Amino acid sequence: MDLLSLSSTMLYTAFILYLIATFFFGATIRQNKSDRKKKTKSGTIGITITIIGFIAQLVYLITRWIASGHAPVSNMFEFMTFLGMCMVLAFIIIYFYYKLSFLGLFALPITMVLIAYASMFPTDISPLVPSLQSHWLYIHVTTVALGQGILFISFVAGIMYLTRQIDQTVRNKRNTWLEIVLYTIILCVGFIIITTIFNLMNYNATFEYQEGNRTVITEYHLPAIAAPNEGTLLTEDAMQPWFETPKWMHGADAGRKFNTVIWSFISGTILYGLIRLFTRKRIGAKLQPLLKSVKPDLLDEIMYRSVAIGFPIFTLGGLIFAAIWAQIAWGRFWGWDPKEVWALVTWFFYAAFLHLRLSRGWHGERSAWLAVIGFGIIMFNLIVVNLVLAGLHSYA
Amino acid sequence: MKKIKCECGHINPEGTVLCEACGKPIEGNQHIDGNQDNKLINMRYDGTARRSQTYNKSIIDKIWSFFSSVKVGVWLIVIALVASMLGTVFPQEMYIPADAVSRDPAIFYEDIYGILGLIYYQLGFHNLYSSWWYMVLIALIGISLVICSLDRFVPLYKALKKQKAKRHETFLNRQRLFSETETVSKEDIETVKANLKKARYNVRDEDGHILAEKGRFSRWGPYVNHIGLIIILIAAILRSTSLMYTDEYIWVREGEQIVIPGTNGEYYIENKEFIMETHDEDDERFAQAIQQEGIVPSNFQTDVVVYQATNSSIPGAAPELEPILTDSIQMNKPAKFDKYTLYQSGYQVNEFTSMTFKIHETDDPDASALGTFTIDLTNPEAAYELDNGFSVSIEQYYPDYYMNDGAPTSETNYPRNPAFVMMVYPPNNESPEVSFIGIGRNIDATGENNYKLGILDFELHDVSGLTLRVDYTLPFFMLGAAIFMIGVTQGMYWQHRRIWINPKGNGVLLAAHTNKNWFGINKDIEKVLKNTSIAMVVDQQELDE
Repeated sequence: MDLLSLSSTMLYTAFILYLIATFFFGATIRQNKSDRKKKTKSGTIGITITIIGFIAQLVYLITRWIASGHAPVSNMFEFMTFLGMCMVLAFIIIYFYYKLSFLGLFALPITMVLIAYASMFPTDISPLVPSLQSHWLYIHVTTVALGQGILFISFVAGIMYLTRQIDQTVRNKRNTWLEIVLYTIILCVGFIIITTIFNLMNYNATFEYQEGNRTVITEYHLPAIAAPNEGTLLTEDAMQPWFETPKWMHGADAGRKFNTVIWSFISGTILYGLIRLFTRKRIGAKLQPLLKSVKPDLLDEIMYRSVAIGFPIFTLGGLIFAAIWAQIAWGRFWGWDPKEVWALVTWFFYAAFLHLRLSRGWHGERSAWLAVIGFGIIMFNLIVVNLVLAGLHSYA
Repeated sequence: MKKIKCECGHINPEGTVLCEACGKPIEGNQHIDGNQDNKLINMRYDGTARRSQTYNKSIIDKIWSFFSSVKVGVWLIVIALVASMLGTVFPQEMYIPADAVSRDPAIFYEDIYGILGLIYYQLGFHNLYSSWWYMVLIALIGISLVICSLDRFVPLYKALKKQKAKRHETFLNRQRLFSETETVSKEDIETVKANLKKARYNVRDEDGHILAEKGRFSRWGPYVNHIGLIIILIAAILRSTSLMYTDEYIWVREGEQIVIPGTNGEYYIENKEFIMETHDEDDERFAQAIQQEGIVPSNFQTDVVVYQATNSSIPGAAPELEPILTDSIQMNKPAKFDKYTLYQSGYQVNEFTSMTFKIHETDDPDASALGTFTIDLTNPEAAYELDNGFSVSIEQYYPDYYMNDGAPTSETNYPRNPAFVMMVYPPNNESPEVSFIGIGRNIDATGENNYKLGILDFELHDVSGLTLRVDYTLPFFMLGAAIFMIGVTQGMYWQHRRIWINPKGNGVLLAAHTNKNWFGINKDIEKVLKNTSIAMVVDQQELDE
C-alpha cells in the first residue's frame, strides 16, 4: 500500500472513530445527576476513542505530508480537514479540564460534518504555487487553525447553552433563530449527501460560457438547475437547466457554485423536513431534555474560556504570522485583501466579545449568541471569502 | 478633592465605591457600579474611584467619560468591523483585475456590478481603508484605548496595593463565592494556610485575617496589550511618511541596466534573466491535480546584479558602477542590500525587443524585399533610411495596440503588441504612402498603395516587475505586536484569584473572587479545604435559573 492510500485510509478511520466516540459520549446521558461530576466509564471510553481517532488523523497528516513533500494545508480539502483535527484537539484539551462528556456529543458530530464537507472538494495533492513555497505556510496555517479550533469549542458550548436554556414551549423569536442555526448545519449535511450520491453515479454535465473575452468550460457534478450565465450545455443526455445564474453573480465559476448551493438547500431542507416529520418537534426542543443535567454556568464558563484561550492564538496566527509571511512574500505585511480583512473582522468581533463580558447582562444567553455568530464569521471567511470573494487566498 | 474616611480608618479618594483597604461599600456611591439593587457587589475594578465615574462637570470630564466607557469602545469596534466588511463587498480599487475591460474605477464598478457598484464607487468605498472616515474611526479607537486604560489602571493599581487582609463583613458575604462556618479549630486554619501556600498562593496573615492571592500580574494584561496596540497605531502613522517608508515598483527588461528609483541615483540594477518554471506534469504526485487544474507555476525568479554608483554625487559625471550584489530574487526570497529590499512582484513574458520589416511591391507574388529596416522598440527612431533610396517615417507607434471604440490606442507603454502607422517614401520622390502594420495586421488604408510592408523577423525578451521597499516602521510594528501578545497572554492565560478567610466569633467567613475561570478557583478552594471543618463556598450567582 502506498503512502497516499494509507493516508486516506487513516482519515477514514479517524472519521469512523469520531462517530463511535460520539455514541459513547451520548451514552453518558443515562447517568444520574450525582455521578456526573465523577469520571464516567462511557465518558472515559469515549475520550479514549477520540484520542485514538485523533492519532489516526495525525497519521493521515504525516503520511500525506511525506507523500506530497509539503504540509497538507494548502487547499480547501486539506485546510478544512486540518481545521477539523484542531477542533478535536481543542475538544480533547477542554475535556480534560472540565470533564464534560456532553461537549463531545455536540463537538464531534459538527467536526465530522466539517471533515465530510472538506472531502467534497478535490482531494488530489496539488503542487504549490511560488507564493506558498515557504515555511510560513505551515507556521501560519497551523496556528490559525488551532486558534479557530479552540474558538469552535466556544461555538459548541454556545449552541449547547442556547439549546439548554431557550424556552421551547411555544414558538418564539429566540428558538426560531436557534432552529435556523441548526438548520444551517443540516444544510451542510444535505450538501454532503447529495454530492456523495451524484459522485457515486459519476454524474457529469459540461457547460461552455463566456467570461470576458475567454470561453470557459465548466463541469457540473450535480444536475444543472442553474446554468452558467449565457452558458450552453455540451453534454448530451444530461438534464436541461431550468434557468440561468443571474449576471450579477461574479467570481470564478459562479454558475456551478450557485447550482451546488441550490442543491444543498433542496436536500438539506428535505432532510430537515424528514427530521421534523418524525420527531414532530423543533430540533432544539428535541435536544433540550438531553442537556437538562448540564449546569448552564459551566457552559457559560467554557464558552468564555475557550474564547479567552483561542483569541491570543488566533491573533498570533491569523494576524501576526500572516503579516510576517506577507512581508516576506509580497513586501507588504498588510494589503486589505478580503481574506485579511475578514481575519481582522473576526479579531474585532472576538475583541468586542471579550470587552462585553466586562458588562453586566452580557453573560449567559447573549454571550452564547455571540459565540455562535463569531464562529459563523470564521466559517464565512473560510468558505464564502474563498469561493466567492476572489483574492490571494482563493485556492479552491 | 473630598476624601472619604472609612470606618476602618482608611482614607479613600472621592468616588470610591468599595473601601480600598477593607472593601466596605461606601454609602452614597453604590449607584456608580450598580450595586444597590444586587446581592453581589460588582468587583470589576475592585470598586475603585475612576475619574470617568467621579467628575462630570467640565467639557474635559465629559470627553474623558465618553472615551473611557467600555460601551463606547465596543461600539467603535463594531462600527469598524461593519465598515471593514463593507469594503469587501466589491474589490478595492487596487484589486481591480488586470484583465478587466476597463480599470478606470469610474467605469469598472458600474459596468460590472450595476447600480450597486456605482453607489459603491460614489460613496468612495473603492478606497474605503484609506478614506478619512475610516482613519478617524481607527484613531477614535486609539484614543478610547488610551483613556480607558488610564482611567482604570491607576486606581486599580493603587487599590490592589493598599488592600488589607481584614475585610468588612458585607464585602465578604456579598462575594460570589462565600461560606460561613460556625466553629473552626486553629489547626484547620493552619492546614488551610499550608495548603494555600502549596497551591502557590501568596498568603498574608494580619492578626488572623488571611488573604491568599495569586496571579495579580494578570490584571495588568489588558493594559499591556493596549500599549502594544497603541505602538502599532503609531507605527501606522509613521509609515504614512516618506521618511520611514519607500515603495517603488520597477519594470526591468532582460539585459537592461537601469537606475533604481527611490535610491537617489545611488543604485543600479541589471536584469540578467527572468526565469519562470512550472511543476512537472509527469511528477506522479501532482499529475492528477495538474490534469484537472492546468499547469501550475513553480518558480518566478529574476537573476539580478545590483550596482552602486561610486561618484553619484558629482553632477553630470557618468557614474562609475561597482557590482555589490549578485542574487536570484524569488517569491519568498527577496534580495537585500543597504537598507533596501527587492521583491519579485510581477513579470511580463515575450515583450518585443526589436522588429525587422521589409518593403515589397504590392503586386509581387513572391513579396521579394526591396529593402529592410529594423526598429529597436526600446528606442524607436522617427525615420529610417533604407539602402535603395526608400525611406520610412513612423507617424504613430502603439506599443500595446488595441482598438478602443474604433480608434487605435495603446493600452500600456510596453511593447507587448506593437503596431505602427508608417509613411513609406519611395525613391524618386514619388508621393508617400500610408501603411498600418502590427502583429497579424497589415492594412492599406487607401487600397491604392504600390508598396507593402511585411514583418521579416522579431526578437523577444521577458520583463521582471520588482518592488523596492524601505520600511523603517517594521521594528515598531514587531515591538507592538510582541507587547500585545505578551499582554493578551498575561491577561487571558492567568487569572487573579483572591481568597479571604476572616475570623468571626469562633468560626470564619470565607470568600473568594477571581476575574475569570470560576471553575478553577472552585477547584482550588475544594483542594485547600480538604480534611478541614471549614464549609465549602457556595456560588451565590447561578446564571438564570
